[in-house]
Amino acid sequence: MESPVEIVQHTAGGVIGVSWLMIAFPLLGAAILLILGRKTDRWGHLLGVAMSLASFVVAVLAFVELLGLSAEQRRQAVHLYEFIPGMADMGLLIDPLSISFALLITGVGSLIHIYSIGYMSHDPDRRRFFSYLNLFVAAMLLLVLADNYVGLFIGWEGVGLASYLLIGFWQFKPSAAVAAKKAFVVNRVGDFGLLVGMFIMWSATGTFAFAELSEKAGSLSQPMVTAIGLLLLLGACGKSAQLPLQSWLLDAMEGPTPVSALIHAATMVTAGVYLVVRSGAFFFPEGSAQALAVAIVGAATLLAGAIIGCAKDDIKKGLAGSTMSQIGYMMLGAGLGPAGYAFAIGHLITHGFFKADMFLGAGSVMHGMNDEVDMRKYGALRKYMPITFVTFIIGYLAIIGFPLLSGYFTKDGIIETAVEHNQVLGWLAVIGAGITGFYMSRMIFMTFFGEKRWAEDAHPHESPTVMTVPLIVLSIGSIFLGGYLILSNRLMLWLAPAVGRPEELPTFHFASTPGLATLALVAVGAVYAWMKYGRAEVPAVQPRGSFLTTFARRDLYGDALNESLFMRPGQWLTRIAVFFDNRGIDGVVNGLAAGIGGTSGRLRRIQTGFARTYALSILIGAALLTGALLLVGNI
Amino acid sequence: MTAHYLVLSGLLFAIGAMGVLIRRNAIVVFMCVELMLNACNLAFVTFARQNGNLEGQIIAFFVMVVAAAEVVVGLAIIVTIFRTRRSASVDDANLLKY
Repeated sequence: MESPVEIVQHTAGGVIGVSWLMIAFPLLGAAILLILGRKTDRWGHLLGVAMSLASFVVAVLAFVELLGLSAEQRRQAVHLYEFIPGMADMGLLIDPLSISFALLITGVGSLIHIYSIGYMSHDPDRRRFFSYLNLFVAAMLLLVLADNYVGLFIGWEGVGLASYLLIGFWQFKPSAAVAAKKAFVVNRVGDFGLLVGMFIMWSATGTFAFAELSEKAGSLSQPMVTAIGLLLLLGACGKSAQLPLQSWLLDAMEGPTPVSALIHAATMVTAGVYLVVRSGAFFFPEGSAQALAVAIVGAATLLAGAIIGCAKDDIKKGLAGSTMSQIGYMMLGAGLGPAGYAFAIGHLITHGFFKADMFLGAGSVMHGMNDEVDMRKYGALRKYMPITFVTFIIGYLAIIGFPLLSGYFTKDGIIETAVEHNQVLGWLAVIGAGITGFYMSRMIFMTFFGEKRWAEDAHPHESPTVMTVPLIVLSIGSIFLGGYLILSNRLMLWLAPAVGRPEELPTFHFASTPGLATLALVAVGAVYAWMKYGRAEVPAVQPRGSFLTTFARRDLYGDALNESLFMRPGQWLTRIAVFFDNRGIDGVVNGLAAGIGGTSGRLRRIQTGFARTYALSILIGAALLTGALLLVGNI
Repeated sequence: MTAHYLVLSGLLFAIGAMGVLIRRNAIVVFMCVELMLNACNLAFVTFARQNGNLEGQIIAFFVMVVAAAEVVVGLAIIVTIFRTRRSASVDDANLLKY
């Protein structure tokens, strides 16, 4: 394989020199909207969109400038300022990997911003929503653009904060407040892994910079590299909702729908994949324990997410399950080393388009159906929302890997590479694709086909233009992007300076065994879904379902497991501590005070008020004193 | 030679002490206190005589001065208590307690 090229210090001006503007624009937008508050209510959403678009323009210009450089020059480090003297400098790394992410984040992010103008038009807090969206984009950009782990970590935490604020945006709903807290707490577990990994890096190499770390990682002992790799994986699991830290993602649907799109498509969950790919030096060589762990986590999550997606009646939760599953594919790809990186990133980008498309489509459906999310109350919507229907169908075809659409190329690339490297994981991914075919078809049939099962006051209508235009743009990306990136290895060659590439470039097979098996399984899944939900009538009330259905409905008992393994013991621990505090520490203090109080209460009874009693005690005292003096004198 | 004076002094002190402890009338208690003071004076003077110096006599004068002052204050208190409560019993004036 070929390793990444050296990072060169950026000297000349140009757009790359001011690439910090990418982060500064949305950050400024968030600051203005939050500081000026209600004064900006009237035009706040426009400012938010403008800042996001400005950031996108800078990203495009930087991308063009990077394209103009030779491959050896395509890793430009831009030094900004000394952050922690002697420890970390704040700088940006503009290379094919980071700029690809920046384009996705700002591009899809801007479309979501525009869509939100329409979606949130009736919300009195729309301005606050846009300030958080801007903050989210700024934090995510810092995460992917920073040239060291400290900067990455600041962005990482910023993303955590922004997701907390947005998931809990309707915090007057207890369920939203709880979901936000859950996302925050689960993410802390992942952050713990990332932080400890960074500590080990620092103590072993004395640097946080990507450039120096990739040089020094090779000279570290294997157990130490494995430890760092596994800890980084824990961090990635937290942000990317991979097993065993997946539980927050499904609850995160409590936020407004554009937030779900932003979290699932452009930002947040992609951070884990980015971390693994960026830290390639610690997941080297492919097939090492930590790289295998990444692939196994990915394969397990892609199956778990798909199974969960099969049983959800809430359209957003169904999509959330599919996100888990698709991120699982990316992780699987990222665990295969440079051969899989390009496919993982490619799937990440195309997934960003088709998942944003479908989430915004789901939001459009909800918008027309009085915020109803239960698919059992949908049905036959294709005639009433033609644009939403067509764009959703395109996203659907892309995600199940319909030939020649985006998802087909990227997902198939991951599956084929996985089968080459590890038969078991590869074929699990094939099965996962079949399940995807089932649950996504189920979603389509329940929502757009069949009989009307609407609530009585539902008057479905197509959404305004400001919401449908982003859908159309995203669906165009969902059609063509995958083929463009994967055929003739455009993405792999483009990313090679940043992440390396295998010596031999893969060729895309349209009729490989795993590819055909995938298509066959997807077809079987889709037909089965049509038999159960297209041809047959969908009951308006959720049937009880088999053991397996309940298993999936309860998110594979992930919450129950967390509750019994961590929450209950934690509560016992606090109860024991409270008991010890009340009875032990408070007991000693209170007992001492009560003892002294009681004793003095009894002692004061000596104070009778009778002068003659006092006289007697004085006399006795004097007599005793005299006696004692006599005694001492005699000795 | 001086032993008799000391015995007398001790007896007077004992009588005074018993009077303070046993009698209730404030005036009588007061007189018993005076008796104890004077018993002490007698002992001081006796010891001064026995040792052939004047220190005991000087102390006796101090005791008399203190006793005079005490009589002034004490009698005033007793008279005031009697006026307010129509009683000179030391056991009745027992409000200052726990």
